[in-house]
Amino acid sequence: MQRLDQPHDDVRIHATPVVIEPGHTFGSVTDKIASIILRKRTPFGWWVGFALSFMIAGMLQGTIVWLVLQGIGIWGNNQPVGWGFDIINFVWWIGIGHAGTLISAILLLLRQSWRTSINRFAEAMTLFAVACAGLFPLLHTGRPWLAYWMLPYPNTMNMWPQFRSPLMWDVFAVSTYATVSALFWYTGLIPDLATLRDRARSKVGRIIYGMAALGWRGSARHWARYEATYLLLAGLSTPLVLSVHTIVSFDFAIGIIPGWHATIFPPYFVAGAIYAGFAMVLTLVIPLRKFYGLEDFITDRHLRNSAKVMLATGLIVAYGYMMETFMAWYSANTYEEFMMRNRFVGPYAFFYWALIVCNVIVPQLIWVRSVRHSNVWLFVIAMFVNVGMWLERFVIIPISLHRDFLPSSWGFYRPTLFDYSMFFGTIGFFFFLMFLFLRFLPVISIFEMRTLVPEAEIKKGEAKV
Amino acid sequence: MLKRKVLPPTYGLIAEFDNPTDVVRAAHRVYEEGYRRIDAYSPYPIEALSEAVGVHRTKMPLLVMMGGIIGGLAGYLLQYYTLVIDYPLNVGGKPFHSWPAFVPITFECIILGASLTAVFGMLALNNLPEPYHPVFNAPNFALASRDRFFLLVESADPKFDRDRTAEFLRSLGPREVTDVEH
Repeated sequence: MQRLDQPHDDVRIHATPVVIEPGHTFGSVTDKIASIILRKRTPFGWWVGFALSFMIAGMLQGTIVWLVLQGIGIWGNNQPVGWGFDIINFVWWIGIGHAGTLISAILLLLRQSWRTSINRFAEAMTLFAVACAGLFPLLHTGRPWLAYWMLPYPNTMNMWPQFRSPLMWDVFAVSTYATVSALFWYTGLIPDLATLRDRARSKVGRIIYGMAALGWRGSARHWARYEATYLLLAGLSTPLVLSVHTIVSFDFAIGIIPGWHATIFPPYFVAGAIYAGFAMVLTLVIPLRKFYGLEDFITDRHLRNSAKVMLATGLIVAYGYMMETFMAWYSANTYEEFMMRNRFVGPYAFFYWALIVCNVIVPQLIWVRSVRHSNVWLFVIAMFVNVGMWLERFVIIPISLHRDFLPSSWGFYRPTLFDYSMFFGTIGFFFFLMFLFLRFLPVISIFEMRTLVPEAEIKKGEAKV
Repeated sequence: MLKRKVLPPTYGLIAEFDNPTDVVRAAHRVYEEGYRRIDAYSPYPIEALSEAVGVHRTKMPLLVMMGGIIGGLAGYLLQYYTLVIDYPLNVGGKPFHSWPAFVPITFECIILGASLTAVFGMLALNNLPEPYHPVFNAPNFALASRDRFFLLVESADPKFDRDRTAEFLRSLGPREVTDVEH
């Protein structure tokens, strides 16, 4: 009888690029990643990037000072467009953050070992993106020093927040998300901080990393609880990340404005968030691995996989756009139909078609193998998606608001200089935090990288007595 | 009579290994020999090593579930008390106890309660932060966070005998066996 070909013997299956380049040991992995932080001289490029982002963050600070002095009238928000750049940028940043949680939690549960070298970095991205996102609704309240009124506490006004409002759900969702992301990030850092404590040469370094490491000593009893906790946190973060963007989409979907009031919003927003987040991961990782020479750890496999996730979520988002258009026609609702026609040919039509180009057409290039294997192309496509996802929120928010039911209440929205300086300011702030992170904390999870090294394999027969 | 607890002269004996297979095998042997107050140190989590020193399950899942339940109950009761009892507000004729609208916040509170319990519970059970621990006195212990593996037998173990235990540990093929000062 002829032997059937074993599908697993096929060499092509094993041709996937590796997660970590061969030849690495526990020591080399540790030294390579720790040396980025512990070396004495800070690279010149770091100073340039840090100074630039610091200046742009300064612009953000200046804008905030002026905003607090003058009130939100310095923005372009008006009646009927009460939500402008502030909410666009809020949703954009929150969405970017979601890829970090996806990489660290969902891919951990799915046992995707390639996530290991990018999860720390992606989690940091989440935290910083959430910090930028949080600024916008906080300042949009107009009197940010009274923002604590949104929290339920017994007060002399004898009032409680309205918990039936999606905006209150948002307060809880975003603050929970920020807290859990920070906990997850710090938990993952503890063993690596211990490594830095043990390897730091300066006394200050030993003291600071030592305090942050909480006296971690790598005990097997501790590791057992640690691993259980890490897995549980991943299990908790997974529904959390889905719930956060679902609730963000409720901010719109619960309202009755045509273009907002759609049941497709939660899945479409979640997919869009992951799409934007992976685009940001690629935008940051491609230059980072080149600059720090981390090609051994962040291999081509990571870039290819991220590109594929981007393509898949991009298709879900494209389906969302298609469905919105279909429902506008199928519902036979005059206002829905008008909303769609206004997007296609209205005063903001340019932005709608730019969105379709950036988010639907350009990413289709990822289907082409040679594009997928070119880092320059991936970087360019990721930039398109970053812009596209921002445009998506622009299309949803001001374009839906500026012309709703009654032509007599129509208006127009034009962002002001301060809208732009605030938006670009948060980008500067994000990179400012990123540069600090690169300099002072391990950008790749060292202890998890050790588990990928060949020496980590325990020889089954020999280990048992 | 006043009973004074006398500290044994050393904290214990520690054996140093340079690969995970050896330390797991040694830990199994030490456990089978009847030592119970033992611990192992590794630069990354090794499930087999935790099993070998006698940790088969942790309390974490139970704790986290309780944290989640408490968080969820607190979240729901907060909304119920404020919007039904203390400050009922008629919005569009909707019922005061409009439970579907309470679901998102309840859910977020479950996650928050469970996550806080997970992290702080793990730290508390591990007795962290603990800046000083005798094991840090062991030679080369700084390498436990890089590429070395250690196996410790505490002198508080009833079976501990400085010489016999040291000899037994040496028979397990370590690089070195040393005393750990307090």
